[in-house]
Order: sequence, then structure tokens, then C-alpha cells
Amino acid sequence: MKLRTLVWREIFERKNQLATSFLAIFLGITAIVAIKNITFYSEKAVARELDALGANILVLPKSATVQDYYSADMQDETFPEAYVTRLSLSDLQGLDNLSPKLSVPAEVKGRRLTLTGILPKSEFQAKAMWEGAGIFTRPEEGCGEIADVPDVFKPPVKETLVRTRIIDDLGPEEALVGSDIEALLGVGEGDSLALLGRTFKISAVLPQTGTVDDSRVFAHLHTVQAMTDQGAVINAIEIVGCCEEISAGLVEKINKLLPDAKVVTVTQVVDTQVKTNQMMASLSTVFLVIIVLVGGASIANYMYANVFERRREIGTLMALGAGSSVIVRMFMLKGLLLGLVGGVGGYVLGTVFAVTFGPRVAGIAVMPMPELVPWAVGLSVGIALVASCLPARNAACLDPCATFGEV
Amino acid sequence: MLRMEGVCKSYNHRASTVTALRDANVTMDRGDYVSIVGPSGSGKSTLLLMLGGMLSPTGGRVFVDGRSLYDMTPNARAAFRKENIGFVFQTFNLVPYLTSLENVQIPLFLAGEDEATQQDRATRLLERVGLDDRLDHKPSELSVGQQQRVALARVLANDPAVVLADEPTGNLDPETGRRVIDFFDELNDEGRTVVMVTHDPRAAERAKRTLRLVEGSVINGQG
Ligand SMILES: Nc1ncnc2c1ncn2[C@@H]1O[C@H](COP(=O)(O)OP(=O)(O)OP(=O)(O)O)[C@@H](O)[C@H]1O
Ligand SMILES: [Mg+2]
Repeated sequence: MKLRTLVWREIFERKNQLATSFLAIFLGITAIVAIKNITFYSEKAVARELDALGANILVLPKSATVQDYYSADMQDETFPEAYVTRLSLSDLQGLDNLSPKLSVPAEVKGRRLTLTGILPKSEFQAKAMWEGAGIFTRPEEGCGEIADVPDVFKPPVKETLVRTRIIDDLGPEEALVGSDIEALLGVGEGDSLALLGRTFKISAVLPQTGTVDDSRVFAHLHTVQAMTDQGAVINAIEIVGCCEEISAGLVEKINKLLPDAKVVTVTQVVDTQVKTNQMMASLSTVFLVIIVLVGGASIANYMYANVFERRREIGTLMALGAGSSVIVRMFMLKGLLLGLVGGVGGYVLGTVFAVTFGPRVAGIAVMPMPELVPWAVGLSVGIALVASCLPARNAACLDPCATFGEV
Repeated sequence: MLRMEGVCKSYNHRASTVTALRDANVTMDRGDYVSIVGPSGSGKSTLLLMLGGMLSPTGGRVFVDGRSLYDMTPNARAAFRKENIGFVFQTFNLVPYLTSLENVQIPLFLAGEDEATQQDRATRLLERVGLDDRLDHKPSELSVGQQQRVALARVLANDPAVVLADEPTGNLDPETGRRVIDFFDELNDEGRTVVMVTHDPRAAERAKRTLRLVEGSVINGQG
């Protein structure tokens, strides 16, 4: 016989009483694992949505009004391109990407369209490096969510531009056209396109997005600047910023840095998502508190009752020579078992729950998170041990005789 | 080797004090065989439990082998009980969810014996009391007499020098009772000190001497 034989036999002899306190800890861990799991994937989904949307902060001329996010950069007013440098040289955290743009109206064969000048990443990078600082020299991690880490294969140029409005290379005479332009003008990849007195070679037709981007022509920023004789000016900077940094006041900081510009966020998106996540986060805190209290109280209550019920048996063991440490270990081992089984079981059920109901409740796909195992088991075991501690010590203090009722 | 010096015990019971034992002075030598008799409520169980190191006296001291039991810490006393004292309770106090074999194994487990030794010794002890065919029965699956025998086997598990028994024949038929008394004779013949509380005059006769208790006072009988 070992100590665990003793504990094991006792548990099976009186499993009914154990059931309620086990259920408390088991369901508690289940709930918190399910919430944690869904929250994690919901945050991930938010990041993915923002990623799909591309930029989430716009720097516009002071007088600009924003009705449509996608056409917000079509303003008459401009500001200096140097603002980009100012941003990239700053020590602001959470700027994952900057793309300066200059948009001008144009006409081809009687059709009105927008010519947008963009700066390819290669030049921007070179410039920022040459300046000796900037976002591209910052550690890559940033907030991590927006970077295309999961993509092993580099997405094709077109998709990248549509998704993040970033393009690696673009020659001075090259142009990218939206899908509507292709349909309207009957031009395709490899064709030439005459625009405002210049001829561009169409290097790609962009996939349809359903936004004004479909009726745009993208060309090199510096080419567009030269065509409009306005000098080194732009009328928008699109910024991909970290969600967390934005809620931590990134916009205000950019505002301070660029007092003569207007800084706006894709507020609806950022706000609602951040709010949802914050709600989930505080919900899981509430659950944590409830579980610690209810689970702990329930186990402590059970253990006290168990000590009372078993005082004769405890007395017998002590009469036969068991010291207080044997008795304490007996109850702690029971608490440990309770916590272990509750933690593992709670993780399993919570994961099943999250995976099954996550898509229905939060509209997102949820995968099991093995990294929650140590967390769930640790919490559960911790609660069970703390709650068993006092009853166990009380049991060990019993006088062997006081427990018999014989004298 | 067992000695009580001016031991008294009183219980506080709803504001009044009940004296269960007053000024007991008793000496028992190694290998002694003592029976304790007296009317119900006279303090026999109280005295026996205090001899066994399981109940703190209100006053006085109890010595076993010259060591004062109640000047030890509770844990030291528990260790002392484990090595020196075997106690047969009036109601046996078997652990209800353990089998006969496991009940007998408890003292061996507490003494830190390994699994194989525990099983081996416990089986032989149960054979000695004639229960080798009831090894994996729980107490509730045994007759009262069989439970008594499990308790007797358990008492011997740690090979104690002192065996204390509280009415070991109280719940038994005369025939079984006689066999139990024979068993205690054997234990005494092996050199153990045996102290037994009993209501049975024939059992008391078998002891080398008898202590009589009346209303908490020891009146030394014949012996
Ligand atoms: N926990 C207690 N609280 C109050 N009084 C008690 C308690 N235990 C025992 N007593 C009293 O102490 C006295 C001695 O009790 P004890 O059990 O030693 O008697 P006994 O001689 O063993 O009796 P019996 O032969 O019936 O077993 C009794 O009067 C009893 O009422
Ligand atoms: Mg009694």
C-alpha cells in the first residue's frame, strides 16, 4: 500500500460527494479555456481583417473631409513629401508601413479616371536607409499581426498591392491599372497607355476590389509629381498601424508630429474590434475571479466536510502511528488529483466547446490551443491545493481520541 | 515499564466538569498481563487510551520505558505509538474502504516497509488469525467476529511490545470470545505486555492481575 492507494480508494468509496466540487472546478476551467481560446482567435481574426483592409491610418491635408475611406486621398490640396521622412525618422512605435500617394484626375478617351502616384518599397527602403533611420530599420516584429509572416510564398505583386497597397518595384514608365480601366479602355497587360501626355507600359491589371481603386491607374509617385509640376508633394500617406498602438494613442502622436496635416483612423473597424476584444478580455477576467472563488470555496467546503466525515478514520491512522505530515499529504494528494483531473478535463471540454461553438458565436474558425494546457492545469491545481491546505492541516491537528467518540 | 503518576482526566461538559479518572497511580512491568474491570462509565477506556498515548491527561504523567509520553510533541508521540504500542479498539476502527489485507498493511506502510514486505507480512498475520480466505473483503463484508480478528492481526503488524485492548470480547459469542482470550494469552507468552479492559470475569481471571476502577478511582484488586 502507498499513500496514493489510500487516497484513491477513498475517492472511489465516496465519489458522489466529490462530484459537486469536482464539477465546480471542471466547469470553471472549461469556461475559461473556451473564452481564452475564442478570444485568441477573434483577436487573430481582427488582425487578419485589418490586414486585408491594408492601411488603417490616413494622413491627409488639413482641410480634407473623409467620406469614403478608399477615395479619401482624392483631394485637391497637397502637403510636402517630407512628411513621410519625418514619420519614418521619428521614434513612433507601431508604424508597420507608410505609403505616400499623390492622386490627380485624368481623362483617357473621354473617360474620367484617377491617376495615383505611389512609391515602390525598394525606393522607399533605400531612402529611409540613406536617411539612417526609419521604420524599415526597426525590428521586424513590430506588432507582428500585420506582417505577412504566415505566407511562405510571396504573394504576387497584384494581390499585394490590392491588399496592403505596397509594391516592391515600379519603373518610372510603368503603370498598374484597375480592373474597371481594363474593361473601359480595352487595355491589358503589356499594352501602352497614353495619359496626360505620357505613355506608360501596363505591367499588370489589378484584381477587382469593388472600390474606387478599380478605376485607378497607379504609376510611380515621382513620375506623377513631374507630370503635374507640383514638386515633391503628396496628398495622402496611408499608414498600416498596430491595433494596440492605435488604441494607445498613436493617432495623437502622429498629429503632434505633423501638426499641419489631418490624421484619421479607420475608426469603425479599429474601434469595434478593439472593443470586442476588450470585452472578451474583461469577461475572461471576471470568469477567472469567479472560478477562483467558486472553485476554491467549493473544494474547501468539500474538504472540510470530508475531514469531518473521516475524523474516525483519521484518528485510526494517527492511533496506528501516522504523523501529521502523512495526514496533510493524504489530503493534499487528493487536492492535487482533483486539480489535475479538473484542469485536464476542463481544457478538453473547453477546447471542444470553443471549436464547436466559436464559429457560431463569434463567427470565426477556432483551433485547439495546446499552450493553454499548462495554464489550465496550473490554475486548477493551484486552486485545489490552496483550498485543501487548511482543511488538511486542521485534520492533522485532531487528537486521535477526540475523533473516536468512544471516550 | 508502563507507569502512571497521579494521572487524572476530566471533561468539560456543558459548563459542568465530569471527572473520568482521578489520581491514578499504576505500574505495569514488562511482560505483565493486566485486566481492567469496573462498571460502565468508571473510566476504563479513558485509562487505557491514556496508557496508549492517545488521550492527554488533565494532570499527572504517563511513562513508557521511562519516557514521559505527554511531554513529547504529538508527532513524536505518533512515532512512538507506531513502534511500541498496539491498540485494539472497542469498535475495531477498521478503515471502511480498505480490504482486510490493506487494513493490516497500514502500520507496515506507516513504518515505511516496501509493498512486497507489506503484503507478505499482512498475509501471514491474517493467516495466523484464520482469515487467509478473506484477504480482499472489506469490513462491511465481514462478520463482527471476523472484523475483530482483522483488528487483532493489525495490532501485531508492527510487532508491538505493548498490546492494549478495549473489551476485545465484548461483541463476541462465548466460543469466539474464548479464542480471542487464548490469543491474548499467546501474545503475553511471547513476552508482550498485555492490558485488557473487560466485563467478562472469565477473561479477567486469565490475566496475571486485575485493576478495578470505581467512579474514576483505581482500587487495586487481587494481583
Ligand atoms: N468526551 C466526553 N465528554 C464528557 N464526558 C465524557 C467524555 N468521554 C467520556 N466521558 C465520561 O467519562 C466517564 C468515563 O468514561 P469511559 O468511557 O472511560 O468509561 P468506561 O469505563 O470505558 O465505560 P464502558 O464500560 O461503558 O465502556 C464517563 O462517565 C463518561 O460519561
Ligand atoms: Mg469503554
